[in-house]
Amino acid sequence: MSIVEETRKALLQLFPEQAAAEAEAEAAADAEAAAGAEADTDATAEDTASTEEAGEAAGGEETAAEPAAPAKEEEPAEEGPRENGVLVTDHAARGTHLDVLCDPEQVVEAAGIMDEAGFFLEAITGVDWIKEDRMEVIYDYNQTGPDPCRVVVRTFIPRANPEIPTISEIHPGANWHERETHDFFGIKFQGHPYLEPLLLPEDADFHPLLKDFTP
Amino acid sequence: MTVPIQCRPDEVFVLNLGPQHPATHGVLRVKLTMDGEYIVKAEPVLGYIHRMHEKMAEAGSFAQFMPNTARMDYLHALAYNHGYVLAVERAAGIEVPERAEYIRVITVELNRLSSHLLWWAAFLLDLGGFTPLLYAFDDRERILDLLERITGSRLTYCYFRFGGVYNDIDDEFIAGTRDFIKRLRSRLPRMYHDLVTHNIILIKRLKDIGFITPEQCRKYGATGPVARGSGINYDVRKNEPYSVYPEFDFDVPVYTECDSMARYMVRMDEIEQSLRIIEQALDKLPDGPVKAKKVPKILKPAAGDYYAAVEAARGAFGCRLVCDGGKSAYRLKLRSPTFSNLSLFGEVAEGMLLADALAFMGSLDLVIPEIDR
Repeated sequence: MSIVEETRKALLQLFPEQAAAEAEAEAAADAEAAAGAEADTDATAEDTASTEEAGEAAGGEETAAEPAAPAKEEEPAEEGPRENGVLVTDHAARGTHLDVLCDPEQVVEAAGIMDEAGFFLEAITGVDWIKEDRMEVIYDYNQTGPDPCRVVVRTFIPRANPEIPTISEIHPGANWHERETHDFFGIKFQGHPYLEPLLLPEDADFHPLLKDFTP
Repeated sequence: MTVPIQCRPDEVFVLNLGPQHPATHGVLRVKLTMDGEYIVKAEPVLGYIHRMHEKMAEAGSFAQFMPNTARMDYLHALAYNHGYVLAVERAAGIEVPERAEYIRVITVELNRLSSHLLWWAAFLLDLGGFTPLLYAFDDRERILDLLERITGSRLTYCYFRFGGVYNDIDDEFIAGTRDFIKRLRSRLPRMYHDLVTHNIILIKRLKDIGFITPEQCRKYGATGPVARGSGINYDVRKNEPYSVYPEFDFDVPVYTECDSMARYMVRMDEIEQSLRIIEQALDKLPDGPVKAKKVPKILKPAAGDYYAAVEAARGAFGCRLVCDGGKSAYRLKLRSPTFSNLSLFGEVAEGMLLADALAFMGSLDLVIPEIDR
């Protein structure tokens, strides 16, 4: 199992519904394959081979992509608001391998899963979606193994009351990243040991990356 | 190894290192709580050269932000050029001609050499050795001359373009680069290693000082020579290849000693590896255009977010680009390697002698404008 698939499995702990749906789909696919094998062995074999080839051509991140296939197909059709869950993304097009959307309360659990899987935190950042009246908080994870696997964990919080729990106890490196994000966006990281301005002056009471910031 | 001394609270005092101090190589302030010569607590205070590059990216067009990328890590500016164009090319789906990719690699590696040479010079200056600076600047000057002819600037390069590079390299540049490779190779063993690396004073200052465990590297997100000096075999050029790096045969130097000497050795070995890469790239340099055709003047990438990472001289530099379909970036996050590398300073410097902490800080290879952005 590739590291991307392993990490995806680990992250599915956050989303019991998606995990259950996938397990069901897998079971159904197995049953179908078993039924199909009785009827026509050759056709099924060909079918599996072609899926594998397609997976490799897409960037080689998935070799045996049987359980990941449903998530992949959903991606282009994603028009409305995206639901919480783990997506497999095309590294060549996006620069990441896995994309996780979760509730703000789940970021600490996600950080714990990533820590256990041996990942390190690359960066934390915010995005001010002023038209939708919400802010996005993005956590970039990476690992140093031989195969690349970049994971992005994102969550949305209300713009009026931007609060999110800190992950600095799990990843000490998050301490500065959270202070920086607080500087720029005014996002309050609850439980942070020292949420003082890091890059801005010590008496700064403004947040320059907010879209409605005027100097 | 240094052993922290049990201190009485009435005996500690606060010492401000910086914001203007020669050993910090820029405007970094470290608030040190000292017990005599020993550090009880070290707290880096940042932001003295903060310019809010990320807001500037939201204000102008994608091309207008190019010059800013050279003004973060001014010692390895081309790697930051590269990281940014990779992110935008990924977002806009621009293909780069092969010759341009080779030129990018050659110039980035030359720039990496000049960055490592300057680090070497400044680091030894911190430790009290003046002469090596003159040797390193002599060699570095030749790189700057080479790059100046091609890029038009000596330090803050703005050479890469979306879909290629600004102009082609010529025979004079190629001949000059080959000469330089020969010259540096001949000088490395005697002037760099015999004189400095094997010097007993240097070894005594660096060996077993500034111990960073691999776990600390991971917890703080340290990358680059800092992580490779702690036995972590991670180099974006190998682990997550971009551009034409897979075509070249080069090694990633890794040392497991975890001390300042290991980080020193990683960089010294990287100089040799960069020379190898440049040599191979010059040998294989294909013909063709250096700029992609039909790159629109005004880019409007599709909405979405994109990530691109490169290996800069100080570690993994990443750009997270969030687009909303407009003419400028909706949000550009610049992940600078030294920001993470410095964040472990406080933990590691605890209990160190002040003089050792300065040697340790030098071995982190800090570039302050890149931390503060």
